[in-house]
Amino acid sequence: MTVVRDLFKYSPAFRAGAILLIIMLVVAALSFFSPYAPDDRRVVPMNKPPSLQYILGTTSLGQDVFWLLTFTVRNSLIIAGLAVLIGRTIAVILGSVSGYLGGNADRALSGFADVFIVIPRLPLLILISFIFKGNLTFLQLGLLLGLLDWAWPSKRYRAQLLSLREEEFTQTAVFSGMGTLKVILREHLPFLIPFTLADAVSGFLWAIGMEITLAILGLSDLTTPTIGTMIFWANYYQAMLARKFWWLGAPIVASILIVLGFYLLSASLSEYLDPRTRLKRLSVARE
Amino acid sequence: MNLFKSYILPRLLQWVLVIFVGVTITFIIPRLMPTDPVEQTLQRISSNTTTDPRAIQELKSALEDMYGLQGSPVQQYFAFWSRLARGDMGPSLGAFPTPVTTILRNALPWTVGLLLSSTLISWLLGIFLGTLAGYYHRQVWSQVLDKVLITIYPIPYAILALVLVILFQYYLPIFPMVGGATGQPSLSWDYIQSIFMHSFLPALSLVIISVAFRFIMARVLAITQLSSDHVTYAEAAGLPRRKIIFGYVMANTMLPQITDLALSIGAMFEGALITEVIFSYPGIGYQLYTAIMQADFNLILGVTLFSIVGIATAALLIDLLYPLFDPRVRYR
Repeated sequence: MTVVRDLFKYSPAFRAGAILLIIMLVVAALSFFSPYAPDDRRVVPMNKPPSLQYILGTTSLGQDVFWLLTFTVRNSLIIAGLAVLIGRTIAVILGSVSGYLGGNADRALSGFADVFIVIPRLPLLILISFIFKGNLTFLQLGLLLGLLDWAWPSKRYRAQLLSLREEEFTQTAVFSGMGTLKVILREHLPFLIPFTLADAVSGFLWAIGMEITLAILGLSDLTTPTIGTMIFWANYYQAMLARKFWWLGAPIVASILIVLGFYLLSASLSEYLDPRTRLKRLSVARE
Repeated sequence: MNLFKSYILPRLLQWVLVIFVGVTITFIIPRLMPTDPVEQTLQRISSNTTTDPRAIQELKSALEDMYGLQGSPVQQYFAFWSRLARGDMGPSLGAFPTPVTTILRNALPWTVGLLLSSTLISWLLGIFLGTLAGYYHRQVWSQVLDKVLITIYPIPYAILALVLVILFQYYLPIFPMVGGATGQPSLSWDYIQSIFMHSFLPALSLVIISVAFRFIMARVLAITQLSSDHVTYAEAAGLPRRKIIFGYVMANTMLPQITDLALSIGAMFEGALITEVIFSYPGIGYQLYTAIMQADFNLILGVTLFSIVGIATAALLIDLLYPLFDPRVRYR
């Protein structure tokens, strides 16, 4: 807790990131108080620019942009969160098996991960969601994204574990009779948690970007409001040509605030924990 | 010989393995799905147009052949490979009966041109600016630039492309928004200029995000170089500043940048796909979009297979260039 308070006080990046994320979380939470259901249409006058009554204007489908946005932010965060959870669970399991077992199992697993790092994932995603066309719910999309995002993190976990295993304190713990599980939980986990946080953020950024990409291509479930599908519908009704920028602008700004918030938070956190990890984190994030 | 055995051979094997796994996954995915792609495509085609039954029967056998739905799974798998090896991915269903390979061949120069130029520009510009900013990291401009680019870096490709479209279509309409060029292909100045004008915005959106990453990485790498012995000695020896920055600081940050280029080429390619869609730029990504709109399964499959092979090969080529830059690998 003191760490959070210190960071908030002394790191402008952390402060900015935390404030952005809190704003977006509040927006997402507001969806539970929305006067309209997420799929309500023609409930407000159409194509109104932002005003006091409709803070962010209304769409050509008769939706209130602000309340629609609360649902899109919530659903996009759920998709990305699910993807990160699943991808990182697979990565942690494979990475730890690789790192702790070593030998042939390690060689096979990390060779497998190497191969998956090179294979471009967007075409595969497009192929899969095309076959499912429209029937892929947003939760399934999160699952799918997670299943495709484990190779690079699992390799990084493995590298992290290998270096931890060589540390002197590991030897000390082992020689003083600590069991393997206890060594992992008590000695290694404190080192892995900050690394996991930075890695989770990079997974989050990837998932948000992919959700938007797939929706713009019209390949996700277009009836569920997400940041991507909101952009899709705004494009579909030519919001740009008709100069209804509030419709298209709201999800664009929301997505930028979300990724920026997460990125600033993870950047300041890693810098606080160790300036040297900054480089490593970058190479993870780009993946 | 030693270089071949210890460096080139493992990379070649890796390349073969990537293509093998990628093609195998692409083979398996449609077969795991509950829907039958052949029936689905036939339904879509026959419901849209009045094609005569014989053509449909022909198409059906062509499709079954393409997806290799005849024979046991093992036979199907080998048939799939032998077709690929011949470079035959069947006809496009949206532009029947143009072969998928022809469509890909026509689209390829646009994508390669876009990707090559934006990768090269962003790589050089990012390293150059990043090294300078790292060397002068206490100066205000360096810190401001760092903050600005850190803000841009996490933005998804699609979002940045949309922002550029809004800005340049409505507020500053200087660049054309659709297509790759105007006029007949020729070596005239007009045609080349129109290619440049059309590709400017798509390339810009790719360059901005990649420069941001290169810059951040180069700046951090340069800062770590500053405290190294050779830079300290070079400063003490009073070498010209230009020589220190480029000969001592930048030269030593090139290797991780090359390794990273090989790893990030896939992400750049994915970015190019979506950028082409948003700017209606006539490359592979735009073909993919048309394929999705027209439910052209063959073309989607073709693009997927092609990009797996293409990205693996590009990564291999960059890896093979690495020894040219690193004497430690060359003389090992």
